[in-house]
Amino acid sequence: MSGHESAPAPASDGVQWTTVGGVRVPVELLSPTLPDPYMDIEDYDPEGDLMVLNMGPQHPSTHGVLRVKLLLDGEICVKATPYLGYLHRGVEKLCEKLSYVQITPIVDKNDYVSPMMNELAINMAFEKLVGADVPRRSRYIRTICAEIQRVGSHLLWLGTFGLDMGGAIGGGGSIFMHTFRERELLLDLFEDLTGCRFHYNTHTVGGNRHDIPAGWAEKAIKVLKVVGDRLNEYEDFVRSNQIFRARTVGVGVIDPALAIDLGISGPVLRASGVDVDLRRDQPYAAYDEIDVNVAIDTGGDCFARYVVRVAEMRESIRIATELLGGVPEGPICSLKPVKLPGAVKAKHGQAIYSAIESPRGELGTFVVGNTERRQSAIPYRCKIRSPSMHVLQLLPYLCPGNNISDIIVALGSLDPIMGEVDR
Amino acid sequence: MTFDNPWVHGLVMGLILGNVSLAITGYSIWFERKFAGRMQNRPGPSVVGPWGLFQPIADVLKLMQKEDIVPREADKTLYNLAPPLTVFCALSALAVVPVAPGWIIADLHIGILFALSMGSLAVFPVWMAGWASNNKYALLGGMRAAAQSISYEIPLLLSATVPIILADSFRITDIVTAQLGGNWFAFWPPGPGIAAFALFFLCSLAEANRIPFDIPEAESELVSGVSTEYTGMKFGLFQLAEYLHTFIISLVATTLFLGGWDGPGDNDGFIWMAIKSLTVFAGIFWIRWSYMRYRADQLMAICWKFFLPLGLALVMFSALWVHAS
Repeated sequence: MSGHESAPAPASDGVQWTTVGGVRVPVELLSPTLPDPYMDIEDYDPEGDLMVLNMGPQHPSTHGVLRVKLLLDGEICVKATPYLGYLHRGVEKLCEKLSYVQITPIVDKNDYVSPMMNELAINMAFEKLVGADVPRRSRYIRTICAEIQRVGSHLLWLGTFGLDMGGAIGGGGSIFMHTFRERELLLDLFEDLTGCRFHYNTHTVGGNRHDIPAGWAEKAIKVLKVVGDRLNEYEDFVRSNQIFRARTVGVGVIDPALAIDLGISGPVLRASGVDVDLRRDQPYAAYDEIDVNVAIDTGGDCFARYVVRVAEMRESIRIATELLGGVPEGPICSLKPVKLPGAVKAKHGQAIYSAIESPRGELGTFVVGNTERRQSAIPYRCKIRSPSMHVLQLLPYLCPGNNISDIIVALGSLDPIMGEVDR
Repeated sequence: MTFDNPWVHGLVMGLILGNVSLAITGYSIWFERKFAGRMQNRPGPSVVGPWGLFQPIADVLKLMQKEDIVPREADKTLYNLAPPLTVFCALSALAVVPVAPGWIIADLHIGILFALSMGSLAVFPVWMAGWASNNKYALLGGMRAAAQSISYEIPLLLSATVPIILADSFRITDIVTAQLGGNWFAFWPPGPGIAAFALFFLCSLAEANRIPFDIPEAESELVSGVSTEYTGMKFGLFQLAEYLHTFIISLVATTLFLGGWDGPGDNDGFIWMAIKSLTVFAGIFWIRWSYMRYRADQLMAICWKFFLPLGLALVMFSALWVHAS
């Protein structure tokens, strides 16, 4: 595979490594002192003339309705506190009222940039709970959908990251419009497959609802090739751009030990040099049948996160293309077509955790089955562990000492999706 | 075209050139939106009128109908004064720019200084708006504008000094006359001329608050910077001032470095001035839709560490050049 630059880092690339909590991390990113996010404001400067700035919930660059309370000394942030909950919709509570087959379209709206991942995550947990197995063809379709969705999600991230740096009326807007052009092609693929452009409701307990239509695989391979070629254009447009580098290199450096402590996962963690990817480490769906080259970078800054995400897009295109060439024949769902909401039942009140690697990190689902016999089609508890929420815990550490421009860029590089944060 | 009475001349010319500039500025917004649309795979304005040509008119009518909101805690006098003042500052620089032989409002003997100082004055209403809005984003934007202006003003003036030295006059008409016959200061003296032009161009991007130096307005960071609290036509005036500033800066750049109305051979005239200045204008658009924004401290670092020494070197070089020739 060409163009893939960050294979699992060998020990001889000049980076010093150490082990923190059993995980190998680059030494240079470990900082001896971290800012105290719980600092009392009187301790900073009792006579200081600090300004409180509520950035959000209505702000162009907080990626939805995140509110960050910033204490500013001039334009330099002293303390930052993220406030969540402006998009809370009670999804987890709603899951306790709906049956296993009804929940899928609800969780579609969690991570509204990659709905396929939500469906996959929650249905994998339900399958584990009710003991349904998934046919091989369905696992292939799931993996292909997940990888195409990952490309689409990272494309959206690249576009909005451009917006954060260049503004909607400017060069950032140009990147945005171009990444959306490619994302449109991917959404068209999903429309052909599922009939929906966004909230698909295609995964179900035991498999998929929609089979691959005739000619779809060839079309998808063609589209992925186009997207892969255009990624090179973005690289020309963005990576070699001096302003882009000036704004991202060395900005928002994340300490890997802190990131592990806070439960960060996904590209943000991998950009800090931690080689963790659930697709390779705990293969699910069809990932055990294909090699996943995990992209990591030892920069730890916003530019490293960009590099990792672009490498992941290339890797996803490769995986999807390879899988599309060999989709096995067979059924796409192990259960009979569901006629009634209560068709799928969990016999035991056991607790299950299963996780997938979503574009933002470890998207986990914790489900407890209901012990009451009449309630056996409804989960007792359904907790969604969303990577975006964990990533926001970094803000109090990232913001102090930076000015507003860098805060916006650092926040954008974390790629939080507020629908997933608040659920 | 000249009138004997300077008052009559100034009035007639002011009416003609001012209105033409305003019309061009209004349509430059249409042009920029079309241009940006082409760069971004979309048609741009295309609904109002043929090719969306009536879009600027529709925009102005819409802005005029908007409710005029003044924040309760705002300093009302300064708040209301700031938008017209920005337009005033931007438009006054036009007074000393000749667009064709004789087509000038007031041919001052310190014309270039007047044009640049009027451009620099525009930072005061911007800062005023930021202060008077009683909004934190606006305040930060105003402060950024002030910090930015002291950084780019010096290299801007230094780069404008090069044609002044070469033409031996502050009068813009004289500077253009010295370039007639293809002797453009952007290309002669070779090397330093184009460097001075580039320096002037980049500093004028900062002066007109255009990307990559639109730091006071930075809509992804400061919502809309100084114009956050402004609605309706007051907001429209800020936009108008920005485009007017850009347009007049490209006129000034054309007269200083690109020979003004000098055409190929003996074909001098207004049309060449228009072609050249609109090309510079379009170049500014092109940059805007291709690049991202610098951070405030990065702009200052560039201005003080790179532009300022370069400007000084260019001034020294042009002085030596004139001395030697």
